[in-house]
Parts: sequence; C-alpha cells; structure tokens
Amino acid sequence: MNTVVSTAVPAATAIPKARFDWKPVLLLLAVMAAALPAVGSTSSWLTLTVAGIAMGFIVFVIASGLTLIFGLMDVLNFGHGVFIALGAFMATTVMGGMAVFADQGGWQALVAIFCAMLAAMVVAAALGVAFERVIIRPVYGLHLKQILITMGGMIVGEEIIKVIWGPLQIALPLPEPLRGSFLFGDAAIEKYRILASVIGALVFALLAWTLARTKVGLLIRAGVQDREMVESLGYRIRRLFVGVFVAGSALAGLGGVMWGLYQQSVSPQIGAQVNVLIFIVIIIGGLGSTLGCFVGALLVGLMANYTGYLAPKVALFSNIGLMVAILLWRPQGLYPVTNR
Amino acid sequence: MTTLLELKGVHTHIGAYHILHGVDLVVPEGQVTMLLGRNGAGKTTTLRTIMGLWAASQGSVSFKGQPITAKPTPDIAQAGIAYVPESMGIFTDLTVQENMVLAARAARDASALDPARLDWVFGLFPALKKFWLYPAGKLSGGQKQMLAVARAIVEPRALLLIDEPSKGLAPSIINNLIGAFRELKAQATTILLVEQNFMMAKALGDRVAVMDDGRVVHAGAMAELSNDEAMQQRLLGLSLGVHQ
Repeated sequence: MNTVVSTAVPAATAIPKARFDWKPVLLLLAVMAAALPAVGSTSSWLTLTVAGIAMGFIVFVIASGLTLIFGLMDVLNFGHGVFIALGAFMATTVMGGMAVFADQGGWQALVAIFCAMLAAMVVAAALGVAFERVIIRPVYGLHLKQILITMGGMIVGEEIIKVIWGPLQIALPLPEPLRGSFLFGDAAIEKYRILASVIGALVFALLAWTLARTKVGLLIRAGVQDREMVESLGYRIRRLFVGVFVAGSALAGLGGVMWGLYQQSVSPQIGAQVNVLIFIVIIIGGLGSTLGCFVGALLVGLMANYTGYLAPKVALFSNIGLMVAILLWRPQGLYPVTNR
Repeated sequence: MTTLLELKGVHTHIGAYHILHGVDLVVPEGQVTMLLGRNGAGKTTTLRTIMGLWAASQGSVSFKGQPITAKPTPDIAQAGIAYVPESMGIFTDLTVQENMVLAARAARDASALDPARLDWVFGLFPALKKFWLYPAGKLSGGQKQMLAVARAIVEPRALLLIDEPSKGLAPSIINNLIGAFRELKAQATTILLVEQNFMMAKALGDRVAVMDDGRVVHAGAMAELSNDEAMQQRLLGLSLGVHQ
C-alpha cells in the first residue's frame, strides 16, 4: 500500500450533494392547500386535516412492514391483514382486562394502550415467525403461489380469530380520558388522533433512523436493490428476511391496535378491509420505499377525509383515483427504488 | 506455486441448459490468472459457480484446500473471496461511502473503516474520494466500475473474482483500471480476471486459461499466449497485429 494520498475524507462542503426529491412532499402540501377553499371553513379544514394526518400515520404503521417485506424479500404478502386483525383483537382482550384501570386517569389510559400495543406486537411477531416458516418460505420467488397461499393464510387466520374471539364485531372503546376533543377556536381535534399521530411519527422516526444510521438498515436498503450482491458480500440475507418479516408483522399488530381504537370496534374481517388501503399506499409510495410509504399514507389519509366531507359518494373511489393519478405521473411510485 | 483455488470437472446447469461441461482450472496464489474466451464460452458461469450463485451439478471447487462446492454464497465470501460481477452490483440508492461500509463486513459504520486502507483505495481511485457522500447511482459507468473494484479490496481478501471490468468503458478509464490492477498485482493479490480485452489481459496476466463451449481448452503462462500469434488465432480468433 504505497500509494498514499491525503488521509481525510473530503470535507462535506466540497462534496457534491444529491438533491432531495421534494415534489411528492410539495404534492402533499398542495393537496392540503387545495382542500382549504374547497372545504370553505378553516376550522372544518383543520379538523379534517388533522384527522387525515392521523389516519395516514396509522396506515403508515400498518403498511411500512408490508413495503419492506415486498422490497427486501420480493414477497407479495396478501396475508398481512391477519396480523392487523390479530393486533386489534389482542387489544380488545388487554384493554378489556384493564378497562377499570385505564379509565382512572390520563397516564393510566396511556399505560393500558401501551400494554395492548406491546401484547399485540409480541403475538403478531410470534405469528410472523410461524407464517414465514410455514407459508412464505416454500414459495420464495413464486409470485402467483405467494398471492394464493398468503390469501389462504389470511382466511385461515380469520377463522382462528373467530374461534377465539367469536365471529361478531367487538367494541374497542377508547379509555375515558382519551375520549373527546381539544378545541382550537371552532376546530375540534380528537385527543386520540393526536396520540395516534405521535405514535406514528415515532415509528417513522425509528424506522428512518434504523434504515439510515445502522448497518442492519444499510443491509435492508441494499437488499431491497440487489439481494444476490448482498450475499456475495458475505451476509446471510435469509436471516435478514426473517427479521424483516417478523418486524413487519409486529408493526402490523401495532397498526391493528391503532386502527381498532380509531374505529372503536373490531371485526375478524378488519385485516381484509385494510388490506386494499395498504396495498394502494405501498404502490403509490413506490414498492420497497419507506419514505414513499409515509408520504403515500398521508396522501391517502387526507384524501379519504377531504372527499368523505366534500363528496361522500366518491370517497370510496378517491384513493383508487389518487393511485391512478400518481402512477400516471410516476409509474414506479412517488419514491421509486432503483433496480426494481 | 501454491494453489489457492481449484476447479475439477465442474458442470453447471441453468434450468434446462448445460453451460459448463467439466471445467478444470487452477488459480495459483499471488498471481493474476486471466480467464479468456468468446462470448458464451462459460466464463461468467464459472465465476458464479465458484461463488455458489449457481450450483455446480457435478465436480468440485476447493479454496485453500477446502471444498466449497456446496457452500452457500455468504460462507464462500466469508472464506475470503471477493466478487465483482459483470453488472458491477453497485447499490445505486446508497452512497459511495455506504457501499464501502457494506463491503467491509467488520465495519459498523464509516468511522470503522481502516483509514490507511481507505487512503490506499482513494489513491487507486481518486474519484471515489471526491464523490464519497454521493449516491452511487449518479456516478459514471467508469466510476461505478472503480467503486465495484474498491468494494472488493476495502478489506484484505485472499482472492478477487472480477468479471469483465473493462466492458463498455472508455480507453482512459481502462488504463486507470489497469494501473489499479497492477498495484494489486504488485502486492501479490490473487486475482481471477475474466476479460475480453486482450491487451488488458496481456498487460496484467501471469497465467491464462482459455474457455470454449463450457470447458477450459488451454491453460498456461500468459507470456506464452502473448508471444504466439497462431495460438491466439486458434484459441481466441485474435490477431495480435490487429489489437496492437
């Protein structure tokens, strides 16, 4: 090693910087801005916007695991919904058991919700280990079989949930201290939506930090692009697959709790209902992209709330329309992952 | 002359296609072995079979005297073999720095990279220093190839497998790569280099193996092939006069 040059890596100022793609973020702001004159009332707009952002954060928590699973493992997991449903039903059990304690005050309510989330994540993660081993592993690389067997897995999962918790819808009321709204002028902001937004933001921050700042995150980002090369560098990507699948399942369980509390009721079909929404989000965001999933989820949440208020009859179509419009603009999604 | 890598009667099938038909190949330690041959001769398949990316259906591959034929790719890499594929395998969404950190298995982040080794790599490929925090996907084709090779040498490896590094590159970039490979050769790095560019092969090779139709049809000293135009024409369809 006799060719020696300056030892320091160049100072940051001397390095060409890659430009961040702000257009999807600007689109998000543009949708919010466009909704203001359409809604007419500032207070209604603020209420709808906060509701949309809260819904977006919940959808992001659910969908983030799915986009990583697809991006890294190339697995189309249509059974993701079963983890959502399991998480939501675990919440009914835990919150039901802690109902008296949770109604005593603000921090008790938070503790109860935290316990429900923890239980949901642990159980969903454990199911994720079995699901990956029994259902996913035999069909790596076989997309059609993945769709069929994961949908079958979700149907079986739903039936098991019916056996344990019954086939009927179960109420999942918010603890007393989290009910009601804060008033900002004429705008009413539900307390739970603020909590959901904070939890969603924390999950996003944690995911972003893990992906950007840790070696595991680096491996995941590299594996999303080129699994074979990651293995050629000496890393066992199968272990990473299992880890990501389990983490994605746990996030779906967490999202199930948040979605159940958002709806204040859960049914065994909750996973199948949310499945459509989260697939729209990960397609809009760019398959495998966590940032794209985040922006896509916020867009979907906002669009659902604005159209639900302005034109309830087209609300069901709004997210499909949003997906079509975005794919016409960017066929690979808002933040496409290179090499896919 | 110690043998570092040895292939004996290696056959490889890809689906219904029988690509390698009993490859015998010896790579001596501390030397540059050139693997030459026409398109479709089986050179890339040979490298991928060594790395375990495609399984050998028959025959054996041994590295440092140990069989690696049935080992998974990560184990083969961890045994000390670095692979630079023809496609370069750059993670284009990652920065140059992140690509290098990934290649250095022992490093948790950029601060854990060996600074002396990094300086040496920067000495070979100064562009990587300039674009250190830049997404690798924004680099030119030549710079990507430099990054691909730099990744393979960011930590010491016993053997480098490099697949057609000069493909599609401008002559000045090829000269830069030749300079880098000479530097590696001067340090007795063992390299198995697949190449179509005969002048590059001639400049770097100690040993040569020529493949045709999934077999090694000639193996010997590079100098012997370089000095025998008739042999070049017979084995590679080349005329040295045309290539000089």
